[in-house]
Amino acid sequence: MSMGYKAGDFGCIVVGAGHAGVEAALASARMGVKTLLLTISLDTIAFMPCNPSIGGPAKGHVVREIDALGGEMAKNIDKTLIQIRMLNTGKGPAVHALRAQADKFAYQNEMKSTLEKEPNITLKQAMVEKLIVENDVVKGIITRSGAEYYSETVVLTTGTYLRGRIIIGDLIYESGPNNQQPSINLSHNLKEIGLNLVRFKTGTPPRIHRESVDFSKMEIQPGDEVPRAFSFDTKEYRLDQIPCWLTYTNFHTHMIINSNLHRAPMFSGAIEGTGPRYCPSIEDKVVRFNDKPRHQIFLEPEGEFTEEMYVQGLSTSLPEDVQIEMLRTIPGMEKAEMMRPGYAIEYDVVVPTQLWPTLETKKIKNLFTAGQLNGTSGYEEAAGQGLMAGINAACRALGKDPVILDRSQAYIGVLIDDLVTKGTNEPYRLLTSRAEYRLLLRNDNADLRLREIGYKIGLIDENRYQAFLLKKNQIESEIERLKAYKVKPTSEVQEMLKSAGSSELNNGTDLATLLRRPEVTYDMIESLFPGLSEIDSAVKEQVEIEIKYAGYIEKQLLQVEKMKKVESKKIPEWVDYKTIHGLSLEAREKLSKIQPLNIGQASRISGVSPADISILLIYIEQGNKNMELNQHGKTE
Amino acid sequence: MLFDTIAAISTPIGEGAIGIVRLSGPESFGIVDKIFKANVDKLDWEDRKLKYGHIYDGDHLIDEVMIVKMYAPRTYTREDIVEINCHGGAVPLREILRICLREGARLAERGEFTKRAFLNGRIDLAQAESIMDLINSKTNKGFDIAINQLEGHLSNKINMIRSELIKIMAEVEVSIDYPEEDIEEITYDALGSGLENAALQIQNLLKSSNTGKIIREGLKTVIIGKPNVGKSSLMNVLLKDSRAIVTDIPGTTRDVIEEFLSVDGIPIKLVDTAGIRETEDLVERLGVEKSKSYFNAADLVIFMLNGAEPLSPEDHMLMEKVKDKPAIVLINKSDLEQKIELESISDIFSNEQIIMTSMSNESGIQQLEDEIKRLVFGIQIDQGNQEIVSNTRHIALLEIALKHINEALNATKQSLPYDFIEVDVKEAIVQLGLVTGESVASDLMQTIFSQFCLGK
Repeated sequence: MSMGYKAGDFGCIVVGAGHAGVEAALASARMGVKTLLLTISLDTIAFMPCNPSIGGPAKGHVVREIDALGGEMAKNIDKTLIQIRMLNTGKGPAVHALRAQADKFAYQNEMKSTLEKEPNITLKQAMVEKLIVENDVVKGIITRSGAEYYSETVVLTTGTYLRGRIIIGDLIYESGPNNQQPSINLSHNLKEIGLNLVRFKTGTPPRIHRESVDFSKMEIQPGDEVPRAFSFDTKEYRLDQIPCWLTYTNFHTHMIINSNLHRAPMFSGAIEGTGPRYCPSIEDKVVRFNDKPRHQIFLEPEGEFTEEMYVQGLSTSLPEDVQIEMLRTIPGMEKAEMMRPGYAIEYDVVVPTQLWPTLETKKIKNLFTAGQLNGTSGYEEAAGQGLMAGINAACRALGKDPVILDRSQAYIGVLIDDLVTKGTNEPYRLLTSRAEYRLLLRNDNADLRLREIGYKIGLIDENRYQAFLLKKNQIESEIERLKAYKVKPTSEVQEMLKSAGSSELNNGTDLATLLRRPEVTYDMIESLFPGLSEIDSAVKEQVEIEIKYAGYIEKQLLQVEKMKKVESKKIPEWVDYKTIHGLSLEAREKLSKIQPLNIGQASRISGVSPADISILLIYIEQGNKNMELNQHGKTE
Repeated sequence: MLFDTIAAISTPIGEGAIGIVRLSGPESFGIVDKIFKANVDKLDWEDRKLKYGHIYDGDHLIDEVMIVKMYAPRTYTREDIVEINCHGGAVPLREILRICLREGARLAERGEFTKRAFLNGRIDLAQAESIMDLINSKTNKGFDIAINQLEGHLSNKINMIRSELIKIMAEVEVSIDYPEEDIEEITYDALGSGLENAALQIQNLLKSSNTGKIIREGLKTVIIGKPNVGKSSLMNVLLKDSRAIVTDIPGTTRDVIEEFLSVDGIPIKLVDTAGIRETEDLVERLGVEKSKSYFNAADLVIFMLNGAEPLSPEDHMLMEKVKDKPAIVLINKSDLEQKIELESISDIFSNEQIIMTSMSNESGIQQLEDEIKRLVFGIQIDQGNQEIVSNTRHIALLEIALKHINEALNATKQSLPYDFIEVDVKEAIVQLGLVTGESVASDLMQTIFSQFCLGK
């Protein structure tokens, strides 16, 4: 490290400008906090080292939630996408999910420009090597070039850079993603200040040249023809979309993999980090599912103005020559020109149970961590955490109450609660099945769930908020109208029911009851009984869902109510688990480590039994009464 | 968890003419309103006033009861409390509790009413420690241990059903979370038949778990033997011993006397028959027919012989009938000079089955009780049925699980989207997991990732 010099004072310093870092910095800055954003390279802001795509089930939901709260990811992808689709349309509304292919270069440039235009952000290229910590409170950071920046809060979003190590066959070297510089000293420093780190692994497939691909042997996968967007505020849609291509591996591909397993770091022991089960490498898939005759491969363009294509499904750390051989067994890729090899990357991760639900570390005050550093995988999971870490760092700097989303409010809440309460022993991917209240956490209603919060913390401006209120009012009044509107079994109505394949009416009913029939849609009803004013399709969608699935939604709301009662029972700070008579050893240890904020969170910790919770409740009550008694004693 | 509605039998089983089932919590009034029909009026409930009526399980009458509602906060737990005063036998109490649990109450933990009284500020500090001990205490009673062993079989069975459901759900989930993967989507037909299968298995568990039924409804025990062999005396001795009460069960004739008693917690439904022998007398035959049907349905036969007399042809005839049933042979009047031919008895019955008793000095009663326990917990009674649901809590959980599976089935038949069907499937898995203490989330992930090949 060079000679130190004082370089500036900030309210918030964000280390790393990936998907977590940019959200953190923008949130903090937009909430009025003077923010410094540091990145190893200004040319890799919001870089996508893996899939050039954003969204999918649960992940797409997170992007919508980020937008509802006032984050940037949705807007940025809407501006730079080259294809967008709604997935799961054959299933219920709760699991409809957007997925877009990005022009990854445009995505980076657009995000960089947004950051540069943000008046409260100072954007700099620097390698952070050390945190300035006094009495377990973070005070700032020191860069490799000796700059000392002081700040009330620090948000670390270092992705896969901490002691990053790339592995391709027997080639192993220290590196961040895509041959970026790794961050070595910061990792050592985090250990020195008392954080517990573990090693994770992830990987990426090779990229090939578009000109070397024979698309006639593949199946085309175009985008949706209906205009779609992630952001609730996007008004312009890209319609001339670029397709992806589908092909499959085969017996020959698998044979090459099998005969080269002795050269695969996955199996030779060269990889020590824990990889994710949900996105295994191709060699992993071939070994674990050896009865599967083929695996699906998607060719995704990396951008509009590049010939590079991403070979989704072929993540690998096999030696370069094996990768080429393997690629050329796949229909359409017989002459594939590999431009970059796939690789595995290992990196250090902060054990996330060391964090409060605000993403602040328990050990070091005012220090927040977010993104892949916390053991997740995926741009969206990173961005969601980055946003919350940025919001909470800003709240701290401004002396405001923290913002914690619970499991019934947002996938982001599920994600963070899972991380800080249960931890993870592999890179964590958000799935819709991780959410208890999936029918409430829909893609379509993210604004109704969260925009109010975004407005309250200052990330949603007045215009966007008014538009939201208008939409909300329209939904409510249209639902009211349908409930109140009585219909008689007229020939018109019977005709409509008949053509929908629904049974005819015997008596009069109301429109809401009619809409509850599985065969009847809002559009059918509207065509016969139009409302007073023209309403937006997003409003119609809400009305239809809320009426049609009211029974199920109420069921989940009841569950939420139960959960909230337990959640509202706070665990006071004076609780010392080690002195609680009767707690099981495991519970004592886990509770001391996690330090849950409330009884609900405590009960989600594995190894904490209902009996432990009972004892904890009694202990808390006992303590509260003791304190009351003491206070009374003083006054009497 | 916290603040839900709990229920429990608050009086010791078999110890009084009346028994009380108590509920505490926000749902307790609602639950009782669903199962109680007042006889006279439908006026509003008054705080702390007894009301007369009947408890129904659907259309099926369970018991005649007096009910009192106590409004929060002026109650023991400071929550809404209902006390159902019913008849004191094991059957009405357990049945009423079972229905309450099915309607949404949770079986109270040890000391939980008191715990709530404390948490809600009703009782003072000094009691806190003792409640903690109470919650923490592990029971050592042989009864509970034996039950626990039996429940082991149940856990296995439930785990099987549960993992079948998890497999089905993993298929649904994987198609939701990985819509673009090369995985065949589960059909409504496959989903429906999987759910139907699970429903059937749970129904069977609820229906046929024999020992569970014994523990719930009483071990159907028939005493047979010649007139004057000491059947009534045995009954009286057993009743006195267990301090059980005599209840008149509607529908029983004077020829067959039915009593409830409990042997170390095992409820026993004891029937003293009018004697099973061929007879020409029409009046007597009516009694005999009834006795025969009791005999055929019995879980256990106590066959009494008079040790002071040689075996009669009638004894031999009864021995023939009894030998294929789970039976205990009592050679009574052991205080008198023994004239019975022991060899011909031990030719047919094993040594454990034969017990010498004397009703006049009450000897041999302990051995009889021990043998009953051995038979119940040694699963001698029905070798075929090893999954035993005896615990009221488990029965309630199974019933709730079944309800959710049926709702999911309904939704499947209507071809509702998978994510709606899944709501009830998941809930069923949660309920089944509560029996065995496992959580859904991690098991589901495990199944998804081990079953399906997914990747980037």
